Amino acid sequence: MFDNFPLWPVPASTGAGNVDALFIFLVLLAGFMSAAIFTMILVFGLRYRRRHGVEAEQIEGSHALEITWSVVPLGIFMVIFAWGAIIYFQERTPPRGATEVYVVAKQWMWKLEHEGGQREINELHVPVGRDVKMIMTSQDVIHSFYVPAFRIKQDVLPGRYTTAWFRAIKPGVYHLFCAEYCGTQHSGMIGQVVVMEPAQYQAWLSGGPISGSLASNGQSIFQQLGCPTCHRFDVQGRGPNLVGVFGKPVSLEDGRTVIADENYIRESILSPSAKVVSGFNPIMPVFQGLVSEEQLTALVAYIKSLSPAPSGAAGTPTLVPAGTKPQEPKE
Amino acid sequence: MATAAITAEREHYLNKEYGIRSWLLTTDHKRIALLYLMSITFFFFVGGFFALLIRLELLTPAGDLVQADTYNKLFSMHGQVMIFFFLIPSIPAVLGNFLVPMMIGAKDLAFPRINLLSWYLYILAGLIYIHCIVTGGVDTGWTFYTPFSTAFSNTKVIEAGLSIFVAGFSSILTGLNFVVTIHRMRAPGMTWSRLPLFIWAHYATSIIQLLGTPVLAVTLVLVVFERAFNLGIFDPTRGGDPLLFQHLFWFYSHPAVYIMILPSMGVVAEIIPCFSRKRIFGYHAVALSSIAIAVFGFLVWAHHMFVAGISLYSAMIFSILSYLVAVPSAIKVFNWTATMYKGSISFTTPMLYAFGFIGLFTMGGLTGLFLAALGIDVHVTDTYFVVAHFHYIMVGGAVMGYLGGMHFWWPKISGRMYPEAWGRLAALIVFLGFNLTFFPQFILGYLGMPRRYWQYPPEFQVLNVLSTAGSTILAVGYVLPMVYFLWSMRYGKIADDNPWGAAGLEWKTASPPPTFNFEETPEVTWEAYNYDQIPAPEEVTVER
Repeated sequence: MFDNFPLWPVPASTGAGNVDALFIFLVLLAGFMSAAIFTMILVFGLRYRRRHGVEAEQIEGSHALEITWSVVPLGIFMVIFAWGAIIYFQERTPPRGATEVYVVAKQWMWKLEHEGGQREINELHVPVGRDVKMIMTSQDVIHSFYVPAFRIKQDVLPGRYTTAWFRAIKPGVYHLFCAEYCGTQHSGMIGQVVVMEPAQYQAWLSGGPISGSLASNGQSIFQQLGCPTCHRFDVQGRGPNLVGVFGKPVSLEDGRTVIADENYIRESILSPSAKVVSGFNPIMPVFQGLVSEEQLTALVAYIKSLSPAPSGAAGTPTLVPAGTKPQEPKE
Repeated sequence: MATAAITAEREHYLNKEYGIRSWLLTTDHKRIALLYLMSITFFFFVGGFFALLIRLELLTPAGDLVQADTYNKLFSMHGQVMIFFFLIPSIPAVLGNFLVPMMIGAKDLAFPRINLLSWYLYILAGLIYIHCIVTGGVDTGWTFYTPFSTAFSNTKVIEAGLSIFVAGFSSILTGLNFVVTIHRMRAPGMTWSRLPLFIWAHYATSIIQLLGTPVLAVTLVLVVFERAFNLGIFDPTRGGDPLLFQHLFWFYSHPAVYIMILPSMGVVAEIIPCFSRKRIFGYHAVALSSIAIAVFGFLVWAHHMFVAGISLYSAMIFSILSYLVAVPSAIKVFNWTATMYKGSISFTTPMLYAFGFIGLFTMGGLTGLFLAALGIDVHVTDTYFVVAHFHYIMVGGAVMGYLGGMHFWWPKISGRMYPEAWGRLAALIVFLGFNLTFFPQFILGYLGMPRRYWQYPPEFQVLNVLSTAGSTILAVGYVLPMVYFLWSMRYGKIADDNPWGAAGLEWKTASPPPTFNFEETPEVTWEAYNYDQIPAPEEVTVER
């Protein structure tokens, strides 16, 4: 019954060790401070116990002490703040060239799709030693993608994409939890992350039935919805040419500039008039309610595939044919 | 102790009038305090009952005692009852109501009828909430996160929201009454720097109640509108923004934590000087730190949202601001401890609760430093680490302070002494039971057990069993005082006017006090906590 009784979570990602280090520092600090306060109370309580004929000595206070015990903790707090902020900055900044996994959460299930088109439910297979970035959205309520072994957690919201990333360092099977309360089966919305050696991972990738890569699926949807009528790749159409758009700044009709990230592409599909590109008319139909979250992620993946890899050579972007394998990130 | 022997009993607020009308239509702040005491005690045991069911369900990894939906309702209603119907009114509405006028030498609060109105609003809110419980309950968590609450939950969200909306007005009126009373009704000579720290704490609390609660009211109305009238405010499919809800909700609900803890800090600042026979160390630092907590408390709400999808830079700003609010809390702990230095200390029940408060609040506060650290928060937020942390503050801190205060002022409230030996025993049981219940949850949280889980992986079981075991001990510790307080009303030793030899105007009037508190308005010519001028009573004897 109690054969499995851990007291420390397995650190299975490159970020986990950093989080643990700060945590241990804080445990030591908190332990020291608690011990100091408890000892003082105990010592004062015993040393100055009420005795007949012994009066308390009235002490008004001490400015020096007040300043000391305000400034010194504040200094320590600022160190903790900076340390925590550095870890957070790393956690929130996915490295370039990370393998991407699209995650759609719904009550009460995780649906995951790899760039190669492999689909999984409540399971995520990843290789050791590669950066993996998750691009996540929800079909209904707020969920939260939580892998304790990687020390990462990110809420998954309806109506927008949020991202999280990790690089696994230790093969194994780890818990995937939903950490934001989402209704009846919240505690059943769990799964596992399977971290594999690269060779096994390659075998797994080519194992299952695949109906084309995510981007090629996106291309078919792009065709079906009639997008190429306006978004042409050869000549200037009525809509912007989408080649090379992803990740670049876009000037808008109202003078603002936005970066064409996943959320911008998503918004431009669902409610195109929100941010119209400078020089174009707001004539695109609204696709809100017409495309599912899975179709949206495929479309986003396709439009991303039209842009050169972030580290690629400068020059004319070559149109990446749909269905090619994702680029191998450099080790 | 026979009381029948006393002929021609002195008239006081309890025996001036009898009958149910004399209570339900009273405008005496002391009687209203007792009305509140009975109502919040009722809700405390309702919320406690939910808590015990939660702990029993979590004895085993499988969800087997109750259904998943029932479990979700249990933790939602445990939170809502405990926060809105027990913790927020607890010390202000009971001890604050009873003591604020007396401590500043006033006959009553500034608006006695509004004071009664605030109790009726509380009762109305309570009745709506009880109706909500018995007709199916609510399952949104205490936090009502959207779009779950507005578009997906099929429980009584509107009813719960309206109930808390009404309870909010009760809280606002209490805060308003205290602010005006403290400004306008101080006795001659009771300057701001002679005010007891209990008053400073309640002043700071009242400001939060006045400024924060309306935002909660607005937020709940918006939730009700979206749910009932299909307006798009928070639900993205209707053009709303779910994060907007979280910003609005935490703008109130983070300061609300200070509504719960500041009054307890005020209680502790009365108890420690009394049983150390010393003036408080650093009076002005302790007083102003209450105001600092109230002000900074409004600037840290988004530290509940570090993984919610806010920007990297706003997260950093809210992290650094959260560390600033920790400084005044640290100042308080250091000053209380320093007050004991070279004192003349006795270990009475209130003092034991004050020690318990400092210990548990310190641990709660220090684990708050973990949560404010962005990189750590990502891992432990929404896990049992957070559950443990806020219970250390809100139960370890606030409830320890409340019980300490109840014991300290019980002689004044009831005119009777509680049995000291039982009091000390109960304080010890509460402290041990609390730590056994909640300390394992810190470990569970770092291991990664998410909160609000009806079933959980088997490797978390040992720590959950420890926690459940602790909760039964804690329950005994909470029932005991209720039993012996009731017992003491009939059989307790008659209390002197000032059994502890305490400073403060409330001890200069009779126990129990007359209806208008003082025979004649006192004039204050001394500083607060003038323990050098008050003889210490004989050592409090242990009573059978």
